Amino acid sequence: MSAPRTAPTEAEVSAVVARHLHREGPLLPILHDLQHEFGFIPETGFQTIAHELNITRAEVYGVVSFYPDFRTEPHGRHVLKICRAEACQSVGARALEEAALARLGLDRPGTTANGAVTVEPVYCLGLCACGPAALLDDKPLAHLDETRLTRLLAEAGA
Amino acid sequence: MSTHLNPPMKIYVPLDTAARALGADDVADAIRAAAKAAGLEIELIRNGSRGMIWLEPLVEVDRGDGRQAYGNVTPGQADALLNGTLESLGPVEKIPFFARQTRLTFARCGLIDPVSLADYEAHGGLAGLRRALALKPEEIVDEMKLSGLRGRGGAGFPTGIKWDTVRLAPAPQKYIVCNADEGDSGTFADRMIMEGDPFSLIEGMVIAGLATGATRGYIYVRSEYPDAIRILEQAIRIANQNRVLGSGILGSGHAFELEVRMGAGAYVCGEETSLLNSLEGKRGTVRAKPPLPALEGLFSKPTVVNNVISLASVPVIFERGAEHYASFGVGRSRGTVTLQIAGNVKHGGLFETAFGMTLGEAVNEIGGGTRSGRPVRAVQVGGPLGAYMPVSRFDTPLGYEEFDKAGGLVGHAGLVVFDETVDMLKMARFAMEFCAVESCGKCTPCRIGSTRGVETIDRIAAGEAEAIPLLTDLCETMKDGSLCALGGFTPFPVMSALTHFPEDFPGAAKPFKEAAE
Ligand SMILES: Cc1cc2nc3c(=O)[nH]c(=O)nc-3n(C[C@H](O)[C@H](O)[C@H](O)COP(=O)(O)O)c2cc1C
Ligand code: SF4
Ligand code: FES
Repeated sequence: MSAPRTAPTEAEVSAVVARHLHREGPLLPILHDLQHEFGFIPETGFQTIAHELNITRAEVYGVVSFYPDFRTEPHGRHVLKICRAEACQSVGARALEEAALARLGLDRPGTTANGAVTVEPVYCLGLCACGPAALLDDKPLAHLDETRLTRLLAEAGA
Repeated sequence: MSTHLNPPMKIYVPLDTAARALGADDVADAIRAAAKAAGLEIELIRNGSRGMIWLEPLVEVDRGDGRQAYGNVTPGQADALLNGTLESLGPVEKIPFFARQTRLTFARCGLIDPVSLADYEAHGGLAGLRRALALKPEEIVDEMKLSGLRGRGGAGFPTGIKWDTVRLAPAPQKYIVCNADEGDSGTFADRMIMEGDPFSLIEGMVIAGLATGATRGYIYVRSEYPDAIRILEQAIRIANQNRVLGSGILGSGHAFELEVRMGAGAYVCGEETSLLNSLEGKRGTVRAKPPLPALEGLFSKPTVVNNVISLASVPVIFERGAEHYASFGVGRSRGTVTLQIAGNVKHGGLFETAFGMTLGEAVNEIGGGTRSGRPVRAVQVGGPLGAYMPVSRFDTPLGYEEFDKAGGLVGHAGLVVFDETVDMLKMARFAMEFCAVESCGKCTPCRIGSTRGVETIDRIAAGEAEAIPLLTDLCETMKDGSLCALGGFTPFPVMSALTHFPEDFPGAAKPFKEAAE
């Protein structure tokens, strides 16, 4: 994950919005694009988005806060999502998540003190026949166990 | 045996996310490198998955005598694979798990290069669309009604009737929306078809457009499926270039524009009205019905919302005829069900079969029992809102009415297997917790009740048997007072756990009477 971690300027936000203005219902594509380019969606950008789409700032806030994917703060250099849903639970995913959190010195999902890794919960990755499943940045992982996860976390600098 | 022309050996390495998660990319790289080092000309194709996930990466090699399968291939086996010394599982379509299936919707998945339109056409693709183009909209709808296809997204509503409502609604703009939010644990059929045979979904949506007069479509894909999104976008570009999409479909006067939209991590956005709000750029809260989306859907226009598998089953219905499709199945469940066998199971994967197979057959004979080797204790069918079925209900045939009668639901046909180490109180607690996390917040029984549910189950766990009737009452309230099935069906997993596995709930010594209905 090497997305820039500084907030976009007003002009940069406007440029992203402009790319989507021709679309029907452009707000989600805009938010996804902003997050993809800048790593997060700063609240300072809400006013620009609201103005360009002719909606209120509160509406933008409402949408950003509704969806778990959108964040208003940068996350760690790597993101680990361990599946919590039933199929993965049936093969030990919860214990795996607990072990990962313990290793990272976290008592719940969040970012490690050194900023290397953010752990986020996820409910199903569509890898339910080969769990425990996880996503490390863009890489899907299946049949995951503690040994391999520990190695991957070490490689990620945690 | 190789012919005297010596065409290059064809090697298929799945690009399916499950195969990738099990190392398929490294295997493909190793095969390319080994072939180069050996000066061997090969054609490497990234196909979809055949659905035998426990064998992934499942590599197929065609030396001119059919496709031979190699299971769980590692990069280190690349040389042996190329020089023929690696032990093969035999012809891929003779593997019992595969041979026992009736593949209609998934006929091409794993067989073809997912983004080759020529490959698609060579295997029956576009034949359905050509036939539909020669029919009047009402004839297309009649064919759908005759097929008996019911929505595969969960509710099982007859697809032909939904299309007819949209067809008859007068409006300057109508929409076809594909629900590819696939949030249910234990399900991956939508993902597999989008990655392995995206043109079948596109073709199905175009036919839906012809039937209803809709000229615009959206596929709403969950963000957890980046590969599916990328492959769909590629397939849509190719379809546009070849006039399968766009104006003048296959040279006709019909038009259909299609676009992929990405969700943003909310489970409730799989509920169709919440999905429509999300597409409109709003919070994904559920809308009250009526009005039906078929009459006032996306941007208040008449809209078909259908699941991926529902739509991807349309081409084969038109290719082979509705009667052929309807000739499979049991009772009012016609055609095939795309079972996703998941969780703690030995042979996990996608198994397409006529409705009517029993749950026990699917889990024990097809799935081979648990991966851990311990006895099966429970199977959750139909996702996080589906009931936990005990082994004593394994004789239930997979069919909508049949499951309903047994206190369960087929839903999107995910089967999640648990062995005897499962703590059913914990699973009931999880169901409430999941509901609390994912609630859209619109109704109190769902928003607040689910959190109360977690607390109540914690009290039961702590030995307060008096809390058990409270849990039962709470489930009743949620069932009666919720706008959508998130709050309304969460009682299914909770009550089925309590009813069938009372020994996991301190103080609930003897089985409760059926309450999870
Ligand atoms: C909480 C909730 C989540 C749902 N998730 C999905 C989903 O991920 N995919 C889906 O196709 N249907 C889902 N549904 C069902 C849809 O509301 C709708 O019935 C379906 O998309 C209609 O398509 P079909 O008739 O082809 O099944 C969900 C329903 C609820 C209440
Ligand atoms: S039941 Fe829950 S998810 Fe469904 S509308 Fe009510 S609050 Fe929203
Ligand atoms: S339940 Fe974990 S990937 Fe589906």
